[in-house]
Amino acid sequence: MSARVTLATARRVLWQIRRDRRTVALLLAVPCLLLVLMRYVFDKQPRTFQHIGAPLCGLFPFIIMFLVTSITMLRERTTGTLERLMTLPLAKLDLLAGYGIAFGVLATVQAAVVCTVGFLALGLDAPHGAWLIALLAIANALLGMALGLFVSAFAQTEFQAVQFMPALVFPQMLLCGLFVNRDAMAPLLHDISWALPLTYAYEALERATSPAALSGVVLRDAIVILATTLAALALGAVTLPRRTP
Amino acid sequence: MGGPVIDVKNLVVWRGGRPVLVDISLEVSGGSVTGLLGPSGCGKTTLMRAIVGVQRVWSGEVTVLGLPAGHPTLRRRVGYVTQAPAVYGDLAVEENLRYFASVVDASPARVEEVLRTVGLAGREQQVVNSMSGGEQARVSLATALLNRPELLVLDEPTVGLDPVLRAGLWRTFHELAEGGATLLISSHVMDEARECDALLLMRDGTLLACTTPADLRRDAGEQDLGRAFLKVIEQAEGAR
Repeated sequence: MSARVTLATARRVLWQIRRDRRTVALLLAVPCLLLVLMRYVFDKQPRTFQHIGAPLCGLFPFIIMFLVTSITMLRERTTGTLERLMTLPLAKLDLLAGYGIAFGVLATVQAAVVCTVGFLALGLDAPHGAWLIALLAIANALLGMALGLFVSAFAQTEFQAVQFMPALVFPQMLLCGLFVNRDAMAPLLHDISWALPLTYAYEALERATSPAALSGVVLRDAIVILATTLAALALGAVTLPRRTP
Repeated sequence: MGGPVIDVKNLVVWRGGRPVLVDISLEVSGGSVTGLLGPSGCGKTTLMRAIVGVQRVWSGEVTVLGLPAGHPTLRRRVGYVTQAPAVYGDLAVEENLRYFASVVDASPARVEEVLRTVGLAGREQQVVNSMSGGEQARVSLATALLNRPELLVLDEPTVGLDPVLRAGLWRTFHELAEGGATLLISSHVMDEARECDALLLMRDGTLLACTTPADLRRDAGEQDLGRAFLKVIEQAEGAR
């Protein structure tokens, strides 16, 4: 692995994103617009807005990075650039870490914008500081990126890659406790929710946005998120063979 | 150096449940331009992929510059240009070259040099997707020249180019070979055979002949290389 190649890869991915101004605008504007929309949908229920909107500030980056990365990586696989990179002195880790840095930068910008809108402009409550939610948002974005990289191996077209979003992300959103308390679900679903990474992402955000004193749970959740990210990256590396049939 | 730059022994490759390469053995010597010719679908690309080490092989040995194909140190010494341009279409020419230059550790000055070599100087800021197919192919070729590879494997580099550009690229290939590089260039246009020092003729996953343009003309008794190739095919089928 080489720092030069890793950073060059990160820079290249950022160049690609920068060239696509409309995507950048959508990445930053859409979560903010959805928050504004929710604010007025729950106009008469400010507590519901706080209960759902505040954790969502930290979940948006997960959803969006999952989608963006799976498509970017799919393009790399289908246009032949991945095959060319595999014939060059580039370690798989250079590629994965390069992607991680680039999307980490993007996630930081996105988290900063979303949290500013949510916690400053729309008056959501961050009893332990908005920075904690922004930090969790960045970790969640990296988790989304790592999962996106991995699942891109199972799509042959961009149409298929887009379908992974409702297939893999929506069920996790339903089961993570955001809309319904997990204790109120069918016991089987409650058990399954323990195996889904978004459950931990939401749990940490829920603690970070409620007034009760912070406990070790947030730290445990953060560790689970980072460990899952690393595991997904390792699985992603397996889907990048130097030799193909 | 001594020894062939490419040494393939009894190579067999299966793809999609059928044999694509059947017992191929060949040698390519250094400092030469070798043409790999045959109709499309005959296995040229698979053979090239095996030589650069990205093809999963069934059996046989592929040795490149004295090392097994795909060996990590070969990634600095072998350049591969795929048939479809493998560059980032959403980036400018210069951004593509700067990225690949970082990967292979080539200098910024080298970026300008290779752009002149492929005739794209002054086009640095153009986004690749907005270029013609031939221009995109030349961007792809330029990235492979960055680290002055000892062996260049080029898959149909001149397909779809106008005759002037094609002649210019062949001049470049010969200059690279004079500089000591070895080039393996595939084509399905027999016309290009006369540009090569050595010829590998393929059909249906087998190697029909390892020859030179002069020997091919003499052995087949045909001045036209296309007709000579046809004769070789007929002889091979007669022997079967």
